Amino acid sequence: MNPETEEAGAGDRGLVSTRAVEIGVAAVLFAFGAVFAYSSWKLGNRWGIEGPQSGFFPFYVSLIICGSAASVLFHAIRAGRAHEQAPFVLRGQFAQVLKMAVPATLYVLGVQLIGIYVSSAIYIAFFMRWLGRYAWWRSIAISVVIIVSFFFMFEVWFQVPLYKGIWDLTAWTGY
Amino acid sequence: MSDLAYLFHGFAVAITPFNLGLMLLGIVLGVIIGVLPGLGAANGIAILLPLTFTMPPTSAIIMLSCIYWGALFGGAIASILFNIPGEPWSVATTFEGFPLAQQGRAGEALTTSFTSSFVGALVAVVMITFLAPLIARFALKFGPPEYFSVYLLTFCSFVGMGKGSPAKILASMMLGFALSAVGIDIVTGGLRLTFGFTSLLKGFDFLIAVIGLFGIGEILLSMEEGLTFKGASARINPKVVLETWRKLPRYWLTFIRSTIIGCWMGITPGGATPASFMSYGAAKKFSKDGDKFGTGVVEGLVAPETAAHAAGTSALLPMITLGIPGSPTAAVLLGGLLIWGLQPGPLLFAEKPEFVWGLIASMYLGNVVGLIVVLSLVPAFAAILRIPFSIIAPVIVVICAIGAYTVNNSMHDIWFMLGFGVVGYLFKKLNYPLAPMVLALVLGNNAEDSFRQAMLMSGGSLAILWSNWLVGSISTLAMIMLFWPLIAQGLRKLVPSKPDKLSSEQPVD
Repeated sequence: MNPETEEAGAGDRGLVSTRAVEIGVAAVLFAFGAVFAYSSWKLGNRWGIEGPQSGFFPFYVSLIICGSAASVLFHAIRAGRAHEQAPFVLRGQFAQVLKMAVPATLYVLGVQLIGIYVSSAIYIAFFMRWLGRYAWWRSIAISVVIIVSFFFMFEVWFQVPLYKGIWDLTAWTGY
Repeated sequence: MSDLAYLFHGFAVAITPFNLGLMLLGIVLGVIIGVLPGLGAANGIAILLPLTFTMPPTSAIIMLSCIYWGALFGGAIASILFNIPGEPWSVATTFEGFPLAQQGRAGEALTTSFTSSFVGALVAVVMITFLAPLIARFALKFGPPEYFSVYLLTFCSFVGMGKGSPAKILASMMLGFALSAVGIDIVTGGLRLTFGFTSLLKGFDFLIAVIGLFGIGEILLSMEEGLTFKGASARINPKVVLETWRKLPRYWLTFIRSTIIGCWMGITPGGATPASFMSYGAAKKFSKDGDKFGTGVVEGLVAPETAAHAAGTSALLPMITLGIPGSPTAAVLLGGLLIWGLQPGPLLFAEKPEFVWGLIASMYLGNVVGLIVVLSLVPAFAAILRIPFSIIAPVIVVICAIGAYTVNNSMHDIWFMLGFGVVGYLFKKLNYPLAPMVLALVLGNNAEDSFRQAMLMSGGSLAILWSNWLVGSISTLAMIMLFWPLIAQGLRKLVPSKPDKLSSEQPVD
């Protein structure tokens, strides 16, 4: 396990309160429901010649989303600061989450550009080096072994071609 | 009975060397998936589903359902040896399992839990064998209103039996329905709710949602908790197994009680997680060692494991007979059936008996194979947990991305998966349940379809949901479930009861 993880926890301050995130998520849900309800209403949420129109079902579904989100929102706001629960996430913990989320996002961007195989190899090697503190040669060796076995499994045995990216760096393999 | 003849025919289908090999492969993959944090039965099967597109459907479902049994077994290994529940339904297993392992009784704990799982699953399979054909025959009479009322009951049960805020359960469920409505309207063929994005034409595939919500979301959570794997060592020798087996029959009452709880919670979409907690709670209440629970009582390990496995298995009953899955994993299997061109539901028994009975026979065999595999290979599986997280985590992300891509060969889906991962992380932390959302995504189109057909039949009157005794009683039950939180509140005012301490530890599934 990497050393950073063990630092997290003790003497760590909260980043944001659970109440704030609760309110935020409920507000986003409410907005989502409202947009969907409006869009379904424009499609037609009434009775047409073919029975219930296209927007009928989604319209009422969206209304229930708005209703439930409003209820969560109402309870969270009414609970007030006096009932402040544990923080949603501690600073150190959130740093850990970002260490996972940011490279993962860059990885998916990499998949889009240079394809699954090359991007995955770089991602695994980088992650091992960065968080696992492995020697470069070990990180690269392990990630290459993993990715080459994936390549054989998908392209050769199961014959399921995976995404090669906008710039195909594996074209030389012929798959 | 001709059903028994079909069952033997099913065994003949399942027992070919090719299918037995797939069974073994499925079990081993399943245990690995169950042991690893971030990979669960639902997203594990979702990821492997595209690899089965070229197989015969019967072989494919045998392999995928064996992954499910393997994952149910595997969850227990991580819970007992490492105090890390590999799956939500193994949380209750850690209460007694980990203390036992710390006392050096890991072998006994593992044998007990595997055997209990096996018993729970076996009883559930026997129940499926006898009930499934009856339900299927009965369900042949179902028309759109009946189907819609069953859907209604399924979703209202989440509200009535779920844990946590009813508003959050509803929000999560309706979000699933809303996302399933995006794309092409199956009735009129028109586009809807795409907001002009061409990437939304095909809508949201629930497999992508499963991989993102359960896979990426879980990895983010594990990272936040900063998992360190420090585990007890695992050795199982035949002597320990036999000694444990000799002791187990004295818990027969716990077995029976837990199996009943498990089967009930599995058929109704309560799921394995609440089943394991209910069963643990019941065992604690009725046992004469109730006050010693938490310090390593074997009986307290038997209860949740039996119930979880019974629930996990019986979740397949409504899936194959009605086409309504009882759990997210059953939902993924149902998605598989649709992709292979099979329509789950009562007609499946008439049209594809070799498929249905092959599947049921493989449930018997798969659990026997599973028990043997886990008992003999525990040290190897435990070693997986000693692989550092900094290798496992990126590999799981890569596997999820590959899985998401292969569903539709679409790059957009990998981005959607990432988005669902963030939603999964937020929802999990705020106690929004994920299971209703996944089930709504899977069943959304069918539910809407049967609703619209029922409305056409009645000319737009909801009274059709109470038009005969059958549909009426299902709809009424659904309404009771939907308003159960309010009813329960009223009852509590009349009869005050002690707050339940155990239920506060239960994760929202």
